[in-house]
Amino acid sequence: MFAAAAAALLVTLSLALVRAFRGPTVFDRVVAANSIGTVAVLLLAVIGFLTGRPDFLDLALVYGLLNVVGTIAVLKFFHFGDLGEPGDEEGA
Amino acid sequence: MLLDIASWALILLGGAFCITGAIGLLRMPDFFTRMHAASIIDTLGAAFILMGLILQAGFSLVTVKLIAIGILLFLTSPVATHALARAALARGVQPMLAKGDVSSNS
Repeated sequence: MFAAAAAALLVTLSLALVRAFRGPTVFDRVVAANSIGTVAVLLLAVIGFLTGRPDFLDLALVYGLLNVVGTIAVLKFFHFGDLGEPGDEEGA
Repeated sequence: MLLDIASWALILLGGAFCITGAIGLLRMPDFFTRMHAASIIDTLGAAFILMGLILQAGFSLVTVKLIAIGILLFLTSPVATHALARAALARGVQPMLAKGDVSSNS
């Protein structure tokens, strides 16, 4: 049953990878990366249950946090052109 | 026994929703519709799989961690999707309004 869920998640991962390769705009790729991150979190949780190791859930939690921070950073870069210097806007 | 069947059904349903979201991610014609399809994975797929795992784990520390992952996904995926939509709009990604309207990224 966990193997079936893991297989479903792997299929989802590969479909999201296809979108990441084909995506015309860079934001399609960021959508695919975001989906891949979420599916990775779920896959870690399911594999943790599959192999009977509860510590995989901590990995999934940390990966979820990193995924969001990474997506926001990439988006800020593509939105504003650069990530900005410390103390950029305070003066203006 | 009933609990096992329930967790089986929830997990397989979550997997089905994940695959549906991924197929939508591929087949949708426009960026914003793809984003809608991708959010199905974040919300329905993740919720059902995590609920199925919670039923499987019962009252233990594992359930607390699963609930923490659920809360994390519940709070952060809207933030990411919102930032994504704003960045795309600001960078001139035009939504496809009419059928066959050749937007820049279809």
